[in-house]
Amino acid sequence: MSNPTPLLELIDVRAGYARPVVGPVSFRISPGEVLGLKGVNGVGKTTLLKLLTGEARLFEGSINRPSDLTVAYHRQRPERPPELPLTGREVLRIAAVGTDRLPARMAALGHACLDEMSGGEFQLLYAWACLMGPARLVLLDEPTNNLDQVAIDLLLVELEQLSAERGVLMVSHDPQFLEDTCDRIVSL
Amino acid sequence: MTLSLAWDPLFRLPLATGLLLAIALPLLGAFLKMREQWLSGLGVAQLAAAGGVIGALLHLPVILFALAGAAVGGVARALTGAARNEHYAVMLLGGWAAVLLLARYGHDANMTAMHLLNGQLYFTALPHLLGAALLLATLLASGHWLARRLLIARLFPGHFRANRVPAWPHELWLEALLVGGIVLGISTMGVMATFAMTFIPPWVAFRLARGWMRALLLSALLGVSACLAGFGAALALDLPFGPTLVAMLLLTVPLRLLPFRFGRSA
Repeated sequence: MSNPTPLLELIDVRAGYARPVVGPVSFRISPGEVLGLKGVNGVGKTTLLKLLTGEARLFEGSINRPSDLTVAYHRQRPERPPELPLTGREVLRIAAVGTDRLPARMAALGHACLDEMSGGEFQLLYAWACLMGPARLVLLDEPTNNLDQVAIDLLLVELEQLSAERGVLMVSHDPQFLEDTCDRIVSL
Repeated sequence: MTLSLAWDPLFRLPLATGLLLAIALPLLGAFLKMREQWLSGLGVAQLAAAGGVIGALLHLPVILFALAGAAVGGVARALTGAARNEHYAVMLLGGWAAVLLLARYGHDANMTAMHLLNGQLYFTALPHLLGAALLLATLLASGHWLARRLLIARLFPGHFRANRVPAWPHELWLEALLVGGIVLGISTMGVMATFAMTFIPPWVAFRLARGWMRALLLSALLGVSACLAGFGAALALDLPFGPTLVAMLLLTVPLRLLPFRFGRSA
């Protein structure tokens, strides 16, 4: 059986900013797959994600992705805009996430404004918005930061039910979360 | 003057122009506040005023040079990328100094500088009214598209680059609306009143409203209320409109201290 067309393929990639900070590294993500990246601090895990969002620079190698690939990017430290009167439900709608059948934990955040949420609640909302939106490739950078176990379990359930057309590239310092959620793990 | 003058045909056009801008400017200000660029309203206004004074010095159309000055501010905003309020402080100081220094070199320039800085709502003409109506209609027609893209960019930085979707259409459109709104504002209300209209209503509304649409509606409501109150007070007490409007807007600031938000919380 032939491999499906990958959502993303990195071949001998060296990436960085003013100079390379990571690589050469190669991997591919197929539809339905959750791929984890692990490694010590500063090894360049986040840089690889930022390469895909255009914030880091490709020095060598190549990146292959379908021209119509849609991407959602969960940042390591999501910026919470000060005093922006958006409710949780509005944030989800902006991210094109359905709000009709939200889990109780998410529904509770639906009518709260961003500046009324705790750091963990905002992190959960942000990760949920990226994960449950329509993007075919989801980049998750440390999605479990500041989350309690109930919130982590919520993300676990959704990652286990990932659609066969979508893929996830995840960076995490939580080895158990990587083990629990990823089909493959790449060490940098 | 008395308050009954507000219904005089002579004052209807200025009042209508002011009310249209009292809706449009707070809505534009809400976009700036959302992007943490609230000071840019004053920076662009001062540069537009400087452009207008240069036009007066050269005996060329003031409005075109004001638009050019505002456009320079827009280009500066675009070129500085994630521009911060420090950049806008430099713009406003530079524009303010240019206005007052250039005004020294000619009578027309001096008159234009005073008109643009202090406002001249009672002397607005039909083009101002039509411009304000066109601005508001355009803003309302494109507001949903523009707000959605600006909010995505604010909440999910990198979204457009990651998806290879150009961000320049909404960035350019916001600049165009802002340039048009600011130039109409300074040529009718004056520089500081225009800034106050872009800054105070959204600042108060963002604190009080629960939800984006409620915040926009409250911003516009505060702007219209302050405009009506300022117009009436200026006529009744024979005061200049610009500072009276700013005073009315400042009266709304204590609303930020209310211990609740408008809208459903659970």
